[in-house]
Amino acid sequence: MSVAEQSIAGAEARGHGFLASSVGRKVIMAATGIVLFGFVTVHMIGNTQAYLGAEGFNGYAKFLHTMLHGAGIWIFRAVLISAAGLHVWAATTLTMDNLAARPVGYRAQQNVASTWASRTMRWSGVILAAFIVYHLLHLTTGTVHPNFDHTNPYANFVSGFKVPAVAGFYIVAQLCLGLHMWHGVWSFSQSLGLSHPRYDGLRRGFAYGLTFLVVGVNITYPIAVLTGFIH
Amino acid sequence: MAKHFNLTLHVWRQKNAKCDGKFVEYPAENISPDMSFLEMLDVVNEGLIRKGEEPIAFDHDCREGICGTCGMVVNGRPHGPKERTTTCQLHMRSFKDGDNITLEPWRAEAFPVLKDLMVDRGAFDRIIAAGGFISAPTGSPQDANALPIPKENADLAMDAAACIGCAACVAACPNASAMLFVSAKISQLALLPQGQPERYLRVRDMIAQMDAEEFGTCTNHGECETACPKGIKMENIARMNRDFIKASLTYRPATIGGGAG
Amino acid sequence: MELNSRIPDGPIEKKWDNHKFDLKLVNPANKRKYKVLVVGSGLAGGAAAASLAELGYEVECFCYQDSPRRAHSIAAQGGINAAKNYHNDGDSVRRLFYDTVKGGDFRAREANVHRLAEVSNNIIDQCVGQGVPFAREYGGLLDNRSFGGAQVSRTFYARGQTGQQLLLGAYQALQRQVGLGTVKMFARHEMHELIVVDGVAKGIVTRDMVTGEIKSHLADAVCLATGGYGNTMYLATYAKGCNGTAIWRAHKKGAAFANPCFTQIHPTCIPVTGDHQSKLTLMSESLRNDGRIWVPKKKEDCGKPASQIPEDDRDYYLERKYPSYGNLAPRDIASRAAKQVCDDGRGIGETGLGVYLDFDAAIKRLGANKIEEKYGNLFEMYERITDENPYKTPMRIFPATHYTMGGLWVDYNLMSTIPGLFVLGEANFSDHGANRLGASALMQGLADGYFVIPYTIGGYLAGIKPGSRIKAEDPAVKAAEQYVSDRVAKLFAINGKETPTHFHRELGKVMWEFCGMGRNEAGLKKALQLIPQIREEFWKNLRIPGSGADVNQSLELAGRVADFLEIGELMCLDALERRESCGGHFREEWQTEEGEALRDDENFCHVAAWEHKGEGQTPVRHVEPLSFENVHLATRSYK
Repeated sequence: MSVAEQSIAGAEARGHGFLASSVGRKVIMAATGIVLFGFVTVHMIGNTQAYLGAEGFNGYAKFLHTMLHGAGIWIFRAVLISAAGLHVWAATTLTMDNLAARPVGYRAQQNVASTWASRTMRWSGVILAAFIVYHLLHLTTGTVHPNFDHTNPYANFVSGFKVPAVAGFYIVAQLCLGLHMWHGVWSFSQSLGLSHPRYDGLRRGFAYGLTFLVVGVNITYPIAVLTGFIH
Repeated sequence: MAKHFNLTLHVWRQKNAKCDGKFVEYPAENISPDMSFLEMLDVVNEGLIRKGEEPIAFDHDCREGICGTCGMVVNGRPHGPKERTTTCQLHMRSFKDGDNITLEPWRAEAFPVLKDLMVDRGAFDRIIAAGGFISAPTGSPQDANALPIPKENADLAMDAAACIGCAACVAACPNASAMLFVSAKISQLALLPQGQPERYLRVRDMIAQMDAEEFGTCTNHGECETACPKGIKMENIARMNRDFIKASLTYRPATIGGGAG
Repeated sequence: MELNSRIPDGPIEKKWDNHKFDLKLVNPANKRKYKVLVVGSGLAGGAAAASLAELGYEVECFCYQDSPRRAHSIAAQGGINAAKNYHNDGDSVRRLFYDTVKGGDFRAREANVHRLAEVSNNIIDQCVGQGVPFAREYGGLLDNRSFGGAQVSRTFYARGQTGQQLLLGAYQALQRQVGLGTVKMFARHEMHELIVVDGVAKGIVTRDMVTGEIKSHLADAVCLATGGYGNTMYLATYAKGCNGTAIWRAHKKGAAFANPCFTQIHPTCIPVTGDHQSKLTLMSESLRNDGRIWVPKKKEDCGKPASQIPEDDRDYYLERKYPSYGNLAPRDIASRAAKQVCDDGRGIGETGLGVYLDFDAAIKRLGANKIEEKYGNLFEMYERITDENPYKTPMRIFPATHYTMGGLWVDYNLMSTIPGLFVLGEANFSDHGANRLGASALMQGLADGYFVIPYTIGGYLAGIKPGSRIKAEDPAVKAAEQYVSDRVAKLFAINGKETPTHFHRELGKVMWEFCGMGRNEAGLKKALQLIPQIREEFWKNLRIPGSGADVNQSLELAGRVADFLEIGELMCLDALERRESCGGHFREEWQTEEGEALRDDENFCHVAAWEHKGEGQTPVRHVEPLSFENVHLATRSYK
């Protein structure tokens, strides 16, 4: 099309599906984000059982494995895997689109309103994805755990964090989770269209509060093990 | 009379859409703080013409901040350092003697550079053509006061309608997304009773065209809102998303025998 | 040249109705066989292109801007008039008609003005239907304000951005048609020639401002809606790109140019700061609703800050001279009064060319919040430009060229003296006489585009056979294309030393000095000597770098300045020949003892329409007498 002559293929444009559209994929991002943030929040609350000692923690693990006659955990896992898969798919395709949208960058771009957290979402996301894989291999399947005991999650937990490098990686990953949540928890409400000036302050507050709570509590586990508070 | 001063410009020069461009340095001398930024460029350009060199091409028209024609990235910020100000309304008193100023065109795949600092924003027109209107053929509307509109809605619609289509939002967005522009028009029309019949069709059509133009997507950085010379709010993007979700959930294909039109 | 205004018979209230019925209709199935070109995409052009396409005609629309949404109608701030009488304050079609004829100082055509007043109400309905967010009251109904020269509240507004909102309404209607494929939009295209075959307009030649391609477009009718030629003055409130090229080409091809000297100097603009100034910025006239205009009574106070001049030493000269209208006196009167106090040595600011517009009393009466709600964006704009806070210190304002009431002569159908060439909006001359009232330009542009041309063009097209367009091979087409490319080549070939802006600035100085707010015989004769000298220098010493095959803004400007250099001369000639004062045309030789404009109805109650006689020939002045049967000729009084 010549630069100056405009024409438009309105009828063709209408064939655009929800998942193919940018906003549709943003909605998928946000909806799966809620599931994942919900999960990390529940996960954080569940893990506070660690402070009750081996009995409480192992009892909690057993409950997870036996609820709904053992089907519960698989339902959970299926939902989480789908959510994570869709989240990663949406993030990847949107990121590709976004990179293609500005093939030539600026010599001197100044960032005014964006935050470090918002600009590093894709990196914190990638690190989190890597961490999740490691975390599953470490404390769920035990594949990368040197002395894994299927019958004693509490022992796995304590001995796992005894290794400073492992504890360090967990802490770094939690900070990434913090960054991801700092922007993500606020951002999903925007993507889902939940915005009203009256509640906007509340949205921000909720995002920051939840981030501090989840990350703050999660970080105490490796630290508690390293310092011998949990043993 | 305020003191005149000198600056150094680093300007993106590009002959046309097909050629590669590069930065070229120009001195800007004897600049008055009362000049507008574009008048400063006029001075530089007149000097270039007298030397037989091609002047720096930049889009501009009304020079009073309303037509939305002008726009360049000044030291990494669309329309320069002052908030809620178009390039033509930026004045040289915002700079000081000896400053270096880097000038770049809007950067986006959807906005090919035509020459130097001038880009083609036809994508915006095509998005409006896809649905950014109320179908009210001339002569058809009823009396203007027949439908009262709550003042709050009229004011919110006006807030959104203040968009001048300059595309600073796209230029500022790290993803080169056009969602602030698109959502402003969708919001304006969605807030008015006259806009209701086409409300959900409109949001689908405009977003489809926006995607077809290869803009990026919103990741809620908020740079657009800060760069916008008219103070258009990101709340509009949320409103657009809300309407899009509803439109997508309730969309039904046109029925056969639904009548022409 | 025959000037047949084709004003329908009958009483004034019935003329338009009767005429609409008398106009021939085009068979709906035939409409798509007619092609109409619309040059310009502002209120008049955008509205016309959209409405004609809605009717079924094939439309091509052209604008020099990068998008039709940017036409300079967008900059109108204050509002649009309509005789809705929503406020029960005694407004009516008749009163709007009366005010406009009187405001125009009895130099407009009664029948046209009455039609304008009649359709004003439809315009508001149309715009609201399109989603224009006019200001509303808490009850949800439309708000109105009073505006310069009117004693009723009939002005509809959308904050200080009324022109923008109305234009976006028209633009959206236009883009809708673009999307439907019924309008082909050519942005960044400038019209350089009108194609006339056997005396009938058959098309235009454009230059693509991106690729430099020169191309002809052929059609059954051409509508020019290219705005005014006020940039002849160089410093004006017009957009930098506004130009007179399209109407000047048409004039040279046989369209009469009516009342070229009728220019409006708007009283409330931000004063000039220096030689670098590239344009002037208007502050909406609506500010005069709450702002009081004054200068110091004593010359020696002019250098002092406003706050140090006590109330008793201030001269609120508009309130003093025109007690019943006060600060709301019509534009020509307010501008001239400002000139008079500055000539008297009582102007303020560094240049002495400025007067105060003071909001202190209004802020005290209504509170700063209320003032901000009404004028916030204007105050912000003022502060951005001047670095002064108008909530604290009074604004400084001075008159600036703002609008041209003159333009191509058109008949009642908006057709020029070239059959097939229609002229709409500011580009024509018809409705505002010698002075335009505030909030009337938007009304006229939209009236022409939405509600007049769709009817009248049908009457013309019904008379020509579908499919009778000329072919691209026609010698007239080739000749027109050749003319345009020769002219571009000629501009490049000068290869002198000076920039196009240099000549534009020189011309502007002459025009402002001798053909601005005050004109006299000696000055105009001097201008008529100086302008040809500048023009000669232009064609000897112009320099345009680059080539014509790319974007070349110097070339674009040079082409426009070349035309301004000719238009300016005609403006001065017309001003010289109109030996009376009326509206914005103030001949110093014709004034009352109090310095008011003195009309000469016996000798000049007419439209002067100029016919081009060829390069280097003196144009011929034709006359269309004006008769006033419904509003009786009287001296305007705003006292």
